[in-house]
Amino acid sequence: MKLARDTWLIFQRQAQLLLRNPVWLFVGVFQPVMYLLLFAPLLKPALNAPTQAAAYKIFVPGLLVLLAIFGGLFQGFGLIAELRAGVIERSRVTPVSRLALLLGRSLRDVVSLIAQAVIITGLAVLFDLRVFIGYLLLAYLMLALIALMTSAVSYGVALKVKSEDALAPLMNTVAQPVLLLSGILLPLTFAPGWLQGVAKWNPFSWAVDGTRALFGGDLSNDKVWQGLGIITVLAAAGVFWAARQFARSVR
Amino acid sequence: MIETRGLRKSFRSRAGRETKTVDAVRGVDLDVAEGEIFGFLGPNGAGKTTTLRMLATLIEPDGGQASIAGADLRKDPAGVRRRIGYVPQGGSTWDESTAREELVLQARLYGITKADAHRRAARALDAFQLSEYADRKCKTYSGGQRRRVEIALGIIHEPKIVFLDEPTTGLDPQSRAHMWDEIRRLRTEGMTVFITTHYLDEADALCDRIAIMDHGEVVAEGTPAELKREISGEVVLVGLDAASTPRAAELLDTEAYVSKLETVDDGGLRLYVDEGAVAIPQVLRRLDHAGLDLRSIELHRPSLDDVFLTKTGRSLRES
Repeated sequence: MKLARDTWLIFQRQAQLLLRNPVWLFVGVFQPVMYLLLFAPLLKPALNAPTQAAAYKIFVPGLLVLLAIFGGLFQGFGLIAELRAGVIERSRVTPVSRLALLLGRSLRDVVSLIAQAVIITGLAVLFDLRVFIGYLLLAYLMLALIALMTSAVSYGVALKVKSEDALAPLMNTVAQPVLLLSGILLPLTFAPGWLQGVAKWNPFSWAVDGTRALFGGDLSNDKVWQGLGIITVLAAAGVFWAARQFARSVR
Repeated sequence: MIETRGLRKSFRSRAGRETKTVDAVRGVDLDVAEGEIFGFLGPNGAGKTTTLRMLATLIEPDGGQASIAGADLRKDPAGVRRRIGYVPQGGSTWDESTAREELVLQARLYGITKADAHRRAARALDAFQLSEYADRKCKTYSGGQRRRVEIALGIIHEPKIVFLDEPTTGLDPQSRAHMWDEIRRLRTEGMTVFITTHYLDEADALCDRIAIMDHGEVVAEGTPAELKREISGEVVLVGLDAASTPRAAELLDTEAYVSKLETVDDGGLRLYVDEGAVAIPQVLRRLDHAGLDLRSIELHRPSLDDVFLTKTGRSLRES
């Protein structure tokens, strides 16, 4: 009860601050839309897809997972600003739940990601993408779990390194191979065997495959449940670890 | 209200390959009574903030014990949190939030209901003369206004004890005087106030009792007056011409209130006394009675800096 109440308080505040400065929504949507408009048209011939809509079925889920990964990983920057302003310390002297300090923030990130995802899916629908609504909701669940994990990890790392100068290269270094090895931009079915072998160890590659299967209307594909399962476990681990960072002494 | 025994903390810092252990706080014993303004005086890096942060449950002590308003620091940090307020040194407000939003949130983090949180915020804004700016973003505030918001945040849940870390650092003299009044007001409202400062005049004027800290240890503790008396008492400088000096020395040397008497080279006396204000009229009477011509009389009171100098061998202004 206390956890839910505290989480709601933190979520409310973070959401309020986000809405006060709605530039994020424009920035958050502008880039993916550029991908949709300027990159996706290349895909139909490249993927040998029968229609543009078929190409979107492959590309849009990858793009959304990409947003969830990157959107989450860079949330730590805001936390470093809060650390510097003394806001975190001010919260830590109150009896507020430590887990709530993390969850309230991460859930804000999840909600803003889903808002972005809804807008982008809507735009893709204008380009003739068609997805069954139930499968789409499952795909959003996958995205939410990814964002929860990456934002939690980003907050945890931010509390450890306490400096933007260290956080930026660190997150970039993590994000780049994750991105390349997950088949986000192009499916890994084109990859040579060794590359596919390496990608198997990248949990995000499973998440991308699962999300693509959902967009393709293939619920019976094992990748759906495997992807959801892997990401759920990782999200729980990420939240657990990051909440401990909030509880431990930070300067 | 606060009782600590042997509180310790060391930090490991890495310089290149070498790991160095810095003993930031090496065994602090403190006793702070209810309703007093207790000051922690010392140079930067003396361990004041580290001690404060341990007492506020922000960092865990390596050793020692503390009881704060009846709650055990090691066993019941959550209990300590409910009873204390803490105002950090570097600020605690968010640029984009308003004072009212900050106060309401802070109250709610302490488990206070929404309606009550709004009532308390309004009352605090009023008490700290912030109502006029209550709904403006914190980034538009002056340094003094912002500091008042931060103190209001620290006491929104009506704690028994409030810790203020360097509450007046960076404020102009006027805001500083204003802040002293606010701090005294907290005490009249029944709070025990624990502040750190590296300003001598602040410790002297504001605090009922102080502890002087240096290199992680408390080197002296008492009321400012006690501490000053303890080192050398006070000095009365009697200005006389060279001719009457020996006779005056003879007369005053036998007086009970003079603990030590020195002759100044070109005439005059230096009297070490317990309380100058009491000694001066007696000196005047004695010399007048003997018909000696007194040129001037001056009282030199030792400052807390003299205390610090005696205890640490350094002047606080230098360190």
